[in-house]
Amino acid sequence: MKFGVVVFPGSNCDADTLHAFRVVMGQATRFLWHKDHDLRSVDCVVLPGGFSYGDYLRSGAIARFSPLMREVREFADRGGLVLGICNGFQVLLELGLLPGAMLRNKNLKFLCRYVTLRLENERTRFTHQGRKGQVLRIPIAHFDGNYYAPPETLREIEDHGRVVFRYADAEGRPTEEANVNGSLHNIAGLINARGNVLGMMPHPERAAEPLLGSADGRMIFESMISKF
Amino acid sequence: MIDPKILANHNLTPGEYDLIVSLIGREPNLTELGVFSAMWSEHCSYKSSKFYLKQLPTKGQGVVQGPGENAGIIDIGDGQLIVFKIESHNHPSYIEPFQGAATGVGGILRDIFTMGARPIALLDSLRFGPLDSPKNRSIMEGVVSGISSYGNSIGVPTVGGEIYFGENYALNPLVNVFCLGLAEKDKIFYAKAEGIGNAVLYVGSKTGRDGIHGATMASAEFGKETEHKRPNVQVGDPFKEKLLVEACLEVMDKGVIVGIQDMGAAGLTCSAAEMPAKSGTGIEIDLDLVPQREEGMTPYEILLSESQERMLIVARPDKVGEVREIFAKWDLDAVEIGRVIEGGRMKVRFHGEIVVDVPVSAVVDLCPVYKRPVAPPAPPQAASDVAPIPVPDDLGAVFGRLLASPTIANKEWVFRQYDHMVQTNTMVLPGADAAVLRLKGSRKALAVSLDGNSLYAQLDPRTGGKIAVAEACRNLACVGARPVGVTNCLNFGNPEKPEVMGQFKEAVAGLSEACLAFEIPVTGGNVSFYNDTEGASIYPTPVLGVVGLVKDIDRVVTPGFKREDDAVVLLGTCTGELGGSEYLKVAHGREDGIPPAIDLAKERAVQETCLEAAESGLLASAHDLSEGGLAVAAAESAFASPGRFGCRLDLDGGLRPDALLFGEAQSRILVTVGPAAVPALLAIAAKRGVPAAVVGEVGGAAIRIAQKGAVLIDVPVDAARAAWMDAIPAYFKIRER
Repeated sequence: MKFGVVVFPGSNCDADTLHAFRVVMGQATRFLWHKDHDLRSVDCVVLPGGFSYGDYLRSGAIARFSPLMREVREFADRGGLVLGICNGFQVLLELGLLPGAMLRNKNLKFLCRYVTLRLENERTRFTHQGRKGQVLRIPIAHFDGNYYAPPETLREIEDHGRVVFRYADAEGRPTEEANVNGSLHNIAGLINARGNVLGMMPHPERAAEPLLGSADGRMIFESMISKF
Repeated sequence: MIDPKILANHNLTPGEYDLIVSLIGREPNLTELGVFSAMWSEHCSYKSSKFYLKQLPTKGQGVVQGPGENAGIIDIGDGQLIVFKIESHNHPSYIEPFQGAATGVGGILRDIFTMGARPIALLDSLRFGPLDSPKNRSIMEGVVSGISSYGNSIGVPTVGGEIYFGENYALNPLVNVFCLGLAEKDKIFYAKAEGIGNAVLYVGSKTGRDGIHGATMASAEFGKETEHKRPNVQVGDPFKEKLLVEACLEVMDKGVIVGIQDMGAAGLTCSAAEMPAKSGTGIEIDLDLVPQREEGMTPYEILLSESQERMLIVARPDKVGEVREIFAKWDLDAVEIGRVIEGGRMKVRFHGEIVVDVPVSAVVDLCPVYKRPVAPPAPPQAASDVAPIPVPDDLGAVFGRLLASPTIANKEWVFRQYDHMVQTNTMVLPGADAAVLRLKGSRKALAVSLDGNSLYAQLDPRTGGKIAVAEACRNLACVGARPVGVTNCLNFGNPEKPEVMGQFKEAVAGLSEACLAFEIPVTGGNVSFYNDTEGASIYPTPVLGVVGLVKDIDRVVTPGFKREDDAVVLLGTCTGELGGSEYLKVAHGREDGIPPAIDLAKERAVQETCLEAAESGLLASAHDLSEGGLAVAAAESAFASPGRFGCRLDLDGGLRPDALLFGEAQSRILVTVGPAAVPALLAIAAKRGVPAAVVGEVGGAAIRIAQKGAVLIDVPVDAARAAWMDAIPAYFKIRER
């Protein structure tokens, strides 16, 4: 599979994400410059973490107007695989490719730490190598990861099983204590109706190699490169 | 004849003024006075410290660049170089904690990438007044937020550091920021203005009125009007700096520039003067061409502004187009503002008139070097001679208070605000003895630690200097790394006071002695004087940043107990020394005594023992003993234990119980090994003449320490850990009114 990692001014995790797909997973991976109008025939577009445009105005608010986002939207509309990680997730929300918005963390501080996630939906192109209820240890690092959606939207997301990851305790229970940033329904990651666009706040590229502390993020990458 | 008030405002002495006049052959105009004021400030010129810094050992294996450039460089093999340095941003952080700390981070990052290295890690050494005071809490909160905001945004992980609290830092907090970068051999760039006729380009953010005379402010004591200095604090934009990093690394990668220097302290003046001074050339610039974000700026303001995120680049005329294209790609200004000229002068134009015309050597190289009067520090008195130290009735309670004392307590509240994982290299996260970063594509790893106990330095500066080096290297040994180079940040009071100069002289002598003994070169560093307010100085605070190499990532060691029934072995000797200890301060309210003795040869032997054991794969864990002594080290190993295992230790008699538990004797490391590995470990120690003994085993749910069978403390791990974890967050809980 061919992967493209979009680079915005201020993206920080682009190199980490490229490393995860190219070196760790052995996939053909390249950078896609935000000013271009060319997705270079990749099979999957990844929007990496970071502080695109310094998080000015709102995280992801300016990046969503980058020239390449026109092609990314068309690609998504055609069913192309799109993964948004952290700031990438925020860009997808600003683009409207996923519903909802991000607020400041409930503790009003930037938070970098490992969290445990519960895999809620294993029937997606991003998680089919996992088991429902599986507990994953993946780190977060964000200031604005407090997921919000209005009640009807939230209901629709839940009714259709579009929540993919929830913040949970070590036993997989989505408790209040495990909800480190205050997200509604402990939502850490969700998928669109069509099932081709996933946004997640935790960083799977930081949990792809055991020597860094956890390789639980690999399941996502393995799912993406194997047949669903 | 110049008005003495103007001279005083510029922090120049009449003697210095006379020297300026003789160097340039006439009286300087006001703009030129401003130039000299900034460049001859203590912060920029090192005029009070240069004489003593000369004794630091700077030569060593692998040194590519020693002191004198923006950062030091060491060759670590396989075509890779590490570039690193530590800088202080103390005075601005008292005035405006958030921006003071943020721009401290910005500044040290620029010192690294200006040499062609990609920054891969930040660490910071912070000192604040006690947290009971709202003002001190506010400063700490601002500083941590500032570091967090800048480091996270620019995508360089803040992977470690240290934080101390003491009343002497209340009005003079310290913010020392260290940065490490990675570069390729033969791809280093220097601050050169070579090639007569070459173009001088200004790149980065526009110039505003922030930070004018920042360097001068950092070279004087605080007084009653400190608040008014707020405009002297620079304002940072990490997003701009991220673009700057990428653009600069790109022009360097393409080899289209001759020289580059960041605009830090003393702004445009500093780079415009230093680059030609280093190259034996001169420079001509036109201030009308400098991108400005304020209207009506005077030459004085433009030259001395410390607006952030700006660099000065020298490039051949035929390469200017390419340089500008690359900066334009990153949406950054890149403007030709002058050229390299012959004659060794700095000529600055504004509205068609020459406003500065001075020899660059006068500005950069000919600042007087002072050998200020020195009063040797009084030898410390033994604490027990000053007043008896009663043994506490309840050692367990004292132990709890130590664990909850902010200097010792858990620092997660701080480091979870820092992205410490970005760049996916961090193998050992904050909270261990040293940060460890893997090197992609290699089996090696880098380790970094910042250390400095200022109470020891206050009591005996020479010992404090030696111990700073010893402790930093000991921390490295505990993760399995050998030191390769050192940078130092020397924070002191007013050098015009003989007792401060005496402390400085002794501390530097101690640092030198230890670096020579451990055979590690000093590649550069920073001196921050004038950390006084209204006559009261900080304790002498030499902070050491040491970088080391781990040969193989499989042999990295961490401090937490790993398995029940592992043997706990203590390397080194418990002497029971209590002078200058955290225990004496917390339990008895005293900061006196003789700091623990340091025998550099013994220290090295202990470190080598730990390293050999680590490299042989014998160690399950290793943790050095420092503040709080043996009891705190054992507790920290339990807290870091993935299984939250406790320990049962039994030590020899002979010492008072409090001295045994909390004494801060140097050269000690607490390691754990599988029982079968004990003989091999003891053999390694014996070979080096290092005292080593099995003192107990890992296991149970408590930290139990006995002396000859008599239990001194027996505290459940969970309860002790809770007190240790909650101490600092408790100070920052949002209070209901």
